[in-house]
Amino acid sequence: MRIVAEHLSYTYNPRSPFETAALKDVSLTIEEGEFFGIIGHTGSGKSTFVQHLNGLLRLPSSMKKYRPKKPKKGQTLPPKTVLTVGEFDLTDKKTDFRALRRSVGMVFQYPEYQLFAETVAEDVAFGLKNFSETKLSEEETAAAVRAALEVVGLDYEEMKDKSPFDLSGGQKRRVAIAGVIVTRPEVLVLDEPAAGLDPLGKREIMELLHKLHREWCRTVIIVSHDMDEISENCTRAAVFSEGTVRYVLPPRELFCHAQELTAMGLDVPLTAKLVSLLHERGIDIECDFTAADFCEKVLAYAAAHPKKERDEGGEA
Amino acid sequence: MKDVSFGQFYPVNSFVHRLDPRLKIVFLIAYIVAIFLATNFYELAACALVLLLIVFFARIPIGKVLRAVRGVTFLVLFTTALNLLFYKGDTVYWEWGIFCVSFEGIIFSVFLALRLVLLVVCSSMLTYTTTPVSLTDGVESLLTPLKWIRIPVHALALVMSIALRMIPVLMDETSRIKNAQMARGADFESGNIIKRVKATIPILVPLLLSALRRADELGDAMDARCYTGGDHRTKYKKLRFTWRDLVAFLLGAALIAGVVLMRIYLPASY
Repeated sequence: MRIVAEHLSYTYNPRSPFETAALKDVSLTIEEGEFFGIIGHTGSGKSTFVQHLNGLLRLPSSMKKYRPKKPKKGQTLPPKTVLTVGEFDLTDKKTDFRALRRSVGMVFQYPEYQLFAETVAEDVAFGLKNFSETKLSEEETAAAVRAALEVVGLDYEEMKDKSPFDLSGGQKRRVAIAGVIVTRPEVLVLDEPAAGLDPLGKREIMELLHKLHREWCRTVIIVSHDMDEISENCTRAAVFSEGTVRYVLPPRELFCHAQELTAMGLDVPLTAKLVSLLHERGIDIECDFTAADFCEKVLAYAAAHPKKERDEGGEA
Repeated sequence: MKDVSFGQFYPVNSFVHRLDPRLKIVFLIAYIVAIFLATNFYELAACALVLLLIVFFARIPIGKVLRAVRGVTFLVLFTTALNLLFYKGDTVYWEWGIFCVSFEGIIFSVFLALRLVLLVVCSSMLTYTTTPVSLTDGVESLLTPLKWIRIPVHALALVMSIALRMIPVLMDETSRIKNAQMARGADFESGNIIKRVKATIPILVPLLLSALRRADELGDAMDARCYTGGDHRTKYKKLRFTWRDLVAFLLGAALIAGVVLMRIYLPASY
């Protein structure tokens, strides 16, 4: 499903002292099959944007009132807001939001805090039961739950009767993700999927997301403020800052804007920092900013140049 | 969820906002007494007028005030209906079994509804114009005499301030959990009452857990800073009684006196 947003704006608590414009005229297209990253500082509007994608935040229905058909003299019409996810037109009130939510899975920040059922199997089946039109048989449910738990790397037989509250943090998060993907959404959106995990847990979650992207969901969108996470994993990334989209680029091109990113309060990935340090010392390395590629290129450089020249750069 | 505003501080800078919280609390109590002393529409109108003045000087938008009333619509309608049907008056319009609608009943139920509305608006004005911290300071200061009979006033005030502080936090949490469950297809709006009550379980369980977790964390954080309670603690903001408070005090006293005088000198009728 292709996601198209044009001139999307959103204001929290309009016309009150708490009024904050979270999105200002955002235009963004996400192609089907992408592993898309959304980066931004806290409060940059990235979470607000993704909550639109499955209709949890709706465009103000009174929007037409503020959009006169004909422009007054000397005024131009504000551009029309467009928001479509595949077949669904989200600016239309009559859109079937249940069907939309079924196709767009949403994993919130710290998803383990939404677990509630008595057993893991029941919790994972929650979404499945909600979305299915007909009543599913026990076997069908069990099969779907088993598949979802296994794809997130948990053992169905061992897990199904446990209480979700007895699991470890990483396991809980996996169960929560299983509870979202169990309906096989076409688009999977994850808000800070690796927040609060240790480095190993982070890597495991990212590997899981790649696996899901290959086998389970056509499009994966992750929201993060960690540049390394984005640069290592995404095909393209959008940088949000103060409610607007600054850049939409593949990660390797993105980090040519290192200074602007730093000014927005974002970090550049470690590899990009090393590349620029090496550049200062006269060693030019071109890489796509993933750790593996960086190491490879450095080693290749080291092999191609005699020892004397690489006294400073080699050990990286 | 974000527009549940009852009891939330409304940040503008106004005369009423800057009043001493102790005075506002005492005034609220006095006002409530005045509402309940009032037995005819003149007196109630006087009370309403004073409240309107307060709303005006507090620079709170009318919509916000009405929203506070909206929260208790059901209660008001329910009590009004009960009084309307059960009040035994002399001028009966309609009677059926134990129910009876009379002229006096109508008057009485309207009167009671007004009273309730004034009560709600007035109490929400206190929380709109006073931050939880200064409210707690005010309560603590007013309850000081209870310390002499060994009641842990400071701890009570602390409990109150934590409770108030947690309202918006838990609201946020609720809307987050609600969103997450809605993304999993949960439906909170349709079905009969049993179905709807059942539908809240996926919200209530995580909410309760998170409240307990927060309480635990807060306790640890207070321990880590060696919090031991009331004695020997100093205040960042000392409460001071200023000319504004004097003006407000005189106004409040005038209101009570006015209602009492009306009761004595005006004929007791509607």
